[in-house]
Amino acid sequence: MDFERILTTVAGELFAPTTAAYALAAIGLNIHFGLTGLLNFGQAGFMLLGAYGFAVSTIAGFPIWAALLVAVACSTVFALVLGIPTLKLRGDYLAIVTIAAAEIVRIVGRSTALTDVTGASSGLRGDSYKETFHSLSPFGDGSSTIGPFTYSNSFSNSWWLRVVAWVVVALACLLVWRLMRSPWGRVLKGIREDEDAVRSLGKNVYAYKMQALVLGGVIGSIAGILYVLPRAVQPDSMGRPMTFWVWTILLLGGAATVFGPVLGSMLFWSVLMLIRVVGRDVIPSSVMSTAQIEQFGWIVVGVTLMLLVIFRPQGILGDKKELAINVR
Amino acid sequence: MLGAILALGTLLALLAPPASAATATCSPSPETACLSGTIRTAAGEPAVGVEISVTGPEETTAVTGADGRWAAEVTTGGEYAVAVDEATLPAGETLRNPADNPRTVVVTLGSSAGALFPLGEPAAPSPPADGGTDAPSEPAPGTGGGEPGLDTPTQGGSTGSSITWERVAQQALAGIVFGTLLALASVGLSLIFGTTGLSNFAHAEMVTLGGLAAFVFVQVVGLPLIPAAILAVAVGALAGWVQDAGMWKPLRKRRVGLTQQLIVTIGLAITAQYVFQFFFGGGSLRIVTANPTTVNLGPVFLTTQSLVGLVVGVLVLGAVAYFLVGTRTGRATRAVSDNPALAAASGIAVDRIIRLVWTVGGALAALGGVFLGLYFNATAWNMGATILLLMFAAVTLGGLGTAFGALVGSLVIGLVVELSNLVIPSDMRYAGALVILILVLLLRPQGILGRAERIG
Repeated sequence: MDFERILTTVAGELFAPTTAAYALAAIGLNIHFGLTGLLNFGQAGFMLLGAYGFAVSTIAGFPIWAALLVAVACSTVFALVLGIPTLKLRGDYLAIVTIAAAEIVRIVGRSTALTDVTGASSGLRGDSYKETFHSLSPFGDGSSTIGPFTYSNSFSNSWWLRVVAWVVVALACLLVWRLMRSPWGRVLKGIREDEDAVRSLGKNVYAYKMQALVLGGVIGSIAGILYVLPRAVQPDSMGRPMTFWVWTILLLGGAATVFGPVLGSMLFWSVLMLIRVVGRDVIPSSVMSTAQIEQFGWIVVGVTLMLLVIFRPQGILGDKKELAINVR
Repeated sequence: MLGAILALGTLLALLAPPASAATATCSPSPETACLSGTIRTAAGEPAVGVEISVTGPEETTAVTGADGRWAAEVTTGGEYAVAVDEATLPAGETLRNPADNPRTVVVTLGSSAGALFPLGEPAAPSPPADGGTDAPSEPAPGTGGGEPGLDTPTQGGSTGSSITWERVAQQALAGIVFGTLLALASVGLSLIFGTTGLSNFAHAEMVTLGGLAAFVFVQVVGLPLIPAAILAVAVGALAGWVQDAGMWKPLRKRRVGLTQQLIVTIGLAITAQYVFQFFFGGGSLRIVTANPTTVNLGPVFLTTQSLVGLVVGVLVLGAVAYFLVGTRTGRATRAVSDNPALAAASGIAVDRIIRLVWTVGGALAALGGVFLGLYFNATAWNMGATILLLMFAAVTLGGLGTAFGALVGSLVIGLVVELSNLVIPSDMRYAGALVILILVLLLRPQGILGRAERIG
């Protein structure tokens, strides 16, 4: 077993763009679930819409800021469409509607009827929309090595993307930290704890929930852009499982905490990588094939999610008194 | 047929972050660029020894390794044509998009470009592969869809053609069959929600379990179909019983909240899906390998298996309805559904009723799974998961928690799914049902048969 290679691969996951994208998506979900108590099971739908919005408008020739705006607008509209019918209903209705809506986005996106726009199930190639982002890079061409890690400077899975992704994550953490201490954030927490009490204080609960849904969704759509920048837009890789991984990450790190999503994402991806790398080295392929080792990793994730929710719903960083997961 | 499964296989491959390429043989430097990809067989296993030629400003070749990966290094940017030598593909494998071979890839120095060649049955409308290999047969006519997959375009349903009464009747019949099978699968979901308040996202895995159990009993053990189906139903009942006894009852005792339990069901669903995949692989499995025969009923036709499924489904659902209305235990079940506390106070053993509901729900889901496996012509690790949301749509449409609502809702959803084939592209037909789900929640959240209750 080559410990150095294993450690390097696993450590590389800690700051990979995918890890940042999932952390950001979980921060968005944290605003929904951790702060407001909304059961959004369609975070992957927000991410996919963000990715489509960005990629399609960039391909159409929009500059990067306009493409970003398109992504944000898509997710805002999506949040409004989802929120208007469901935010007045019981929590689990929102769960079913969001999961169905995310699935609709994916099915429509991969439909052959839209091949010209979304590329149907084969999706959009990364090269077709990455250029505007690359050209902003101050790092130039070539690749750099820092410690054991070598990545290209600006292209695709690059240092530039890593810097941008983690700066965005840091800003989002800062935002959540400020929000949690603001009057607005206190109202959200009040809604999470006892909606009727907040209503009796004269607050418009519906409007607050809607604002939270839109904000978290917009953060999710930006996470979607970060997710597709090192790869291609592939609707089938952004389906229900993605939503569930985001939930696992949030609950692992701790909902209603500032750094929970970040810690959760780092742990999730590095442990998953550890299982894969060690599994490939240690387990002979006659016992478990490479594909089976991968599946074993996901089984571990599923079991972890169950055990977490039952025995430690507050996650690693959370406070049990602060968060009582319960349906309203 | 393998298309959907393959797509899900690629999905999994894509979920793995790119950094997992521990064996990458090419890393781009400022002067070079990489062309790379992974070729997997339709079953998701790496395809070893496939030769790839790259032509363009430079020419080079590559061969896939033990993990199915290949990589080629070039030192000039530009457009390259990447071609797979089809003769070197593993036996029985074909390119899913033969038109995409060779494909053009734009290469920029200092970066990697991917070229993916999905393997599997050529996508419609190309003719199905013939020959001695185990070529999957065409989907049964009249079933309106071949595959266990939300995403698979129907190969039989041609959307562009004009709407005739025959087509409407044919699709409506397919809808009724599909609706009945959906009802079998979702009655348990509705009853479990009614008696415990739990939205069970893992219910679909009991459907898959039924299909896979039937596959094991028929293809591995070698039993005839009917005893195999009965055993599969027993497995489903056992799974329901064990789940309630081993997990949900203790959780209720611990007073774990319903939202927590809901997330637990998601964890269970993930676990079960990957356990299925671990043991059965990512491909589709045919319960019965013989091609189904068809029965003509006037202007429309059905496969024998669908007809049997329809008749058995109607009989079983009738029995469930009689049980709920005509027997003491059934009335007690409805009482628990209405108001568990009051039911307990009137001397009903609520926990026993819930155990019964889990067992019966599991058995019905497994029966639905067996028939859906026959209806789709194959089962797979994700057969249940692809129809999970349709089950939720059916249950919500009929009224969450009411058993008869699930029947009505399932029929409506089945009809919508199959009839929408007439007007929208068939790969979007499941989306239509989900739109209905959202509209129902908007206009009549209590469903068709549910009672209005003050919410929010």
